[in-house]
Amino acid sequence: MPSVKIPKKSTFVDMTPFVDVAFLILTFFIMATKFKPEEPVEIVTPNSVSTKELPDSDALQVTFDSTGRVFFSVLSEKDPNVKYNVIKHMNETRNLGLTEAEMQNFKRAPAIGVPFSGLKSLLAVPAEEHKNYKQPGIPLDTLGGELFFWIRDAVGTFSGKQLKYLIKGDNEAKYPAFKQVLNAFKKNEIFKFQMITALEDAPPGSELEIIRKREKSGGH
Amino acid sequence: MASIEEGGGGGHKKGPGVKKAKKLSTHLDMTPMVDLGFLLITFFIFTTTMSSPTTMELYMPKDTDKDDEQNKAKESGALTVMLSKNNQIYYYEGQLKEDASNFLSTNFNPATGIRKVLIDKKKSVIEAHQHDAGCEKIWAKNNGDKKSCLDKDLVVVIKPGELATYKNTVDILDEMTITNIKRYAMVDLFEAEKTLIDKTEGN
Repeated sequence: MPSVKIPKKSTFVDMTPFVDVAFLILTFFIMATKFKPEEPVEIVTPNSVSTKELPDSDALQVTFDSTGRVFFSVLSEKDPNVKYNVIKHMNETRNLGLTEAEMQNFKRAPAIGVPFSGLKSLLAVPAEEHKNYKQPGIPLDTLGGELFFWIRDAVGTFSGKQLKYLIKGDNEAKYPAFKQVLNAFKKNEIFKFQMITALEDAPPGSELEIIRKREKSGGH
Repeated sequence: MASIEEGGGGGHKKGPGVKKAKKLSTHLDMTPMVDLGFLLITFFIFTTTMSSPTTMELYMPKDTDKDDEQNKAKESGALTVMLSKNNQIYYYEGQLKEDASNFLSTNFNPATGIRKVLIDKKKSVIEAHQHDAGCEKIWAKNNGDKKSCLDKDLVVVIKPGELATYKNTVDILDEMTITNIKRYAMVDLFEAEKTLIDKTEGN
C-alpha cells in the first residue's frame, strides 16, 4: 500500500512583528507612566466634570481621609528646597526643636499628619517608612487648630508667590471634616480652593455639554 | 520564539583545496529577552495611572456678620438644597413654610433626582424673568449676551448636613456646573431645618 506522505511543515512561526509591537507598547507605558507620590493614606476622590489640571508645584495640599484624619503637604516638584524652607520656618515659629537631619528628612516626606508635639518623632523616622508610621492626623477645631499654623507659616515662606490651595478628600469623609479644613484656610484669609477630583464626562444632554460643544466648534 | 535567522548561504562549491570555513549559526534565542519585555509591560500596565486627577474650583465667601454686606437673594429665585445621610437630598423653594409643605426630598439620580429639580427651577426662573437695571451690567460682563441675564435671580443655597459625605458635597457642586447655575453658596443648616430633617428621617 502506498503510503501517503504528509509533507512535514515547519512549526517555526516568525514572531518578529509580534515582538516589535510588544516592545512598542512597553515603550509607550514607560513614557506615559508617572509614578504617583506615595501617600500615607489611601484616598478615593470623588468625580467631577471639571477639566482643570492639577498643579505639581507652588501648592499646598490638605488631605483628609474617611475617618477625618487630616494631612498637610507642600507640593514643590520644581524646587525641593522650598519644603526645607517651610519646615525651617516652622521650626523657628513653633519651637519644634528639630535637628538639621530631621528637617532634611521633611524634604522627602510625603504628607504630614501628626500634631506638632509628634513631629519630631515622625521626622526621626526615614521618609520612606512614613507610610507604616501610624499618624493620628493634624488636630483641628472650629478655629482651624494646628492646621491654621501650618498654612500660615507655609504661605509666609512662599512670600509673594501665587500659591494654589488643594483639598483632597475621601468619598466617605463627612462634611464637618471638610468644613473644618475650609475654616483653617478661611482663618488665613484664603477663600479660593481647588478640590482634587477624578475626571468624568459631562452628562449627555446637559447644559454643560451643550456649552462645551459650542466652545469646541467655535474654537476652530 | 522570535529569532533572527540568516538564510541558507548556499552556493559555495566544495572543491579540493578549498578550506571549509566553519559556519556559525546566527540563530539567536530571544526567548529570555521577550520574557523580560512582557514582564515589564505587565508591570507598567499595573502601575500606570491613566486618569490624571483634575481639580475643581471652589470660591468661599468671607464670613461676615454685617447685614449690609450679605448678599440678598430674591425669594422667587432661591432654592435651598440640604444634604443628609445615605445620599438623601431635601430641598425647598423660596422660604421654608411654617407647615413645611414645600419641604421635599429627592436624591442624586441623574434622570429623576436633584438635576431635574435644578433644571426645572432654572426654567421657571427664566420664564418669570423681568428686565431691570441690573441686567445691563451682566450683559456687559458677558460680551453683550442677552441671555446671560435671564437667570440672574436664581440662587442655590447648598446646606450639607453633619452626616453628608464629602462625595455628596462635591457632587452637588458639580451639579451646579452641569446645569450651568452661576450663583450658589455653601452655608450651614438652620436649626429649624435640622429638626425637620431629623423628624423626616424618624429619629
